[in-house]
Amino acid sequence: MADKKLDARSKKLRNIVVDALKSNGGGHIGSSMSTIEILRVLYDSILKFDASLPSLPNRDRFILSKGHGCLALYSVLADKQFFPVEELQTFCKPTSKFGGHPERGKVPGVEASTGALGHGLPIGVGIALALRMKESESRVFVLTGDGEINEGSNWEALMAAAKHKLSNLTVLVDYNKVQSYGRTSDVLDLEPLVDKLRSFGFVTEEVDGHDVDALELIFKKLPFKNDSPSAVVCHTVKGMGLPFAEGNSEWHHKSGLTELDFQNMYEIFS
Amino acid sequence: MRKTALECVHRLAQHDKRVLFIGSDLGHGVLDKMKNELPDQFFMEGVSEQYIIGMAAGLAMEGFIPYVNTIATFLTRRCYEQVAVDLCMHDLPVRLIANGGGGVYAPLGPTHLAIEDIAIMRALPNMAVVAPCDADEMNRLMMSTLEWPHPIYIRLARGGDPIVSKDDLGFELGKSIKMKDGADGLFVTTGVMTQLALEAADVLKAKGVDVGVLHVHTIKPFDIGGVISAIESVKAVVTVEEHIVNGGLGSAVLESCSELRPELLPKISRIGIPDKFATEYGSQSSLLKHWGITSDNLVVAMMKKLGG
Repeated sequence: MADKKLDARSKKLRNIVVDALKSNGGGHIGSSMSTIEILRVLYDSILKFDASLPSLPNRDRFILSKGHGCLALYSVLADKQFFPVEELQTFCKPTSKFGGHPERGKVPGVEASTGALGHGLPIGVGIALALRMKESESRVFVLTGDGEINEGSNWEALMAAAKHKLSNLTVLVDYNKVQSYGRTSDVLDLEPLVDKLRSFGFVTEEVDGHDVDALELIFKKLPFKNDSPSAVVCHTVKGMGLPFAEGNSEWHHKSGLTELDFQNMYEIFS
Repeated sequence: MRKTALECVHRLAQHDKRVLFIGSDLGHGVLDKMKNELPDQFFMEGVSEQYIIGMAAGLAMEGFIPYVNTIATFLTRRCYEQVAVDLCMHDLPVRLIANGGGGVYAPLGPTHLAIEDIAIMRALPNMAVVAPCDADEMNRLMMSTLEWPHPIYIRLARGGDPIVSKDDLGFELGKSIKMKDGADGLFVTTGVMTQLALEAADVLKAKGVDVGVLHVHTIKPFDIGGVISAIESVKAVVTVEEHIVNGGLGSAVLESCSELRPELLPKISRIGIPDKFATEYGSQSSLLKHWGITSDNLVVAMMKKLGG
């Protein structure tokens, strides 16, 4: 099974997700599990940031455009000490910082409030333009879902990023091939996705989105070209690490989880 | 009015590097002077309003002050979620300059008529909604937008509208302006309906009826104190707007009175666009007539409210 690929760190980050889920009884599990390695590699090896000063001007900007995958981002931010991991026990509680979609100004390290889909990339283009005007060397990374790029606003933004030759912008697609209703190929087929991104002016590469070494290798090559934006299509597995959730749209979002469900998840990630 | 607004953006940009102009696919040559003089502060981004609002939000997050300009319907209906989430939820200083509020684009039909823009913009937390009455007031408004820390929706009229605003009456976002005093009745107006109301007030004066005009250029934040104070001193009030009768200026007046001074409600009536999409083309003035928004009707409505 796919979870054989997961090392101790990937399991630890997933355990944090499960802990937070437990406090709420549910959430976007499948959508979070597919992004853990992408986020882990970004925050471990690629992004410039200071967790104690999350608004530092020379930081790189990361936007989780698929805001429903926020548990993975919360897990990685906690692991990087943007906030104490214990705070995630408040997930979705009335006065918590941590809602079912991430909010700028509430969660340290969150650049934009996302959740409504197709917003992160246009915002990312604006930030990338701003950084260039300010002659900043900071970069912008936007992680979109695959179902998310059904939204036309993404394609408007892709055209604009290419027009402006935003080499400081990278779009990462969490291509787990399953959206809320079912397979992306059935709901609204994205193929040929890589060709589409290339035809929109992005220098585009593909990678196994759970292979930490491969992710690091490819991310370290960014930008792929000095006068074009970059895209990386990350082939992932929805619900990665949970055999009963992998590739299963029923686990896109799951509520009403039982004690037994949590025991199973903890055993898998122990 | 539009020319003034865009020239103001240019002037602001000359003195402040944070000021940016973003158009969608505007008419040939728009702001060419600014484009040539300040190319780094000028953007023409194509027919892609959803993206443009997000882009403006991203720029504002980094300290810039974007002024976005296109046709009002495309700046409101097309990208409402982006305006709500990207601008208002993040509470960013982006300015939306909306061409053609009301019936300006009459010949182009209902897809181009911004009849409910005030209502839907007013519904959004953090958004300011402003409808100046003439080019001079537009100038005053634009100069006051630089340091407003929230998003602003600016509704433009056709242009070439008679100048009725006065410098000595000042301009402050969120503060209504008494254009004319009157002991009997009061027209409460916004945008270029202020001119229509002044015309109606002159007609009424000739009939021996003394009616004032309160110009509410800022529909949100609403000048509750100023409006209620003006209303309580007269016997009859007619609100006038080139906007669907539900959700705009008249609604704001009724809501405020309902909450704070319900005893004032019986003396208020509203004039605006009926609750349906336009079924005619023609011109702005023919549409206004079709909708019943005329000086004659203002006079009739005021006389009726005064019991005449």
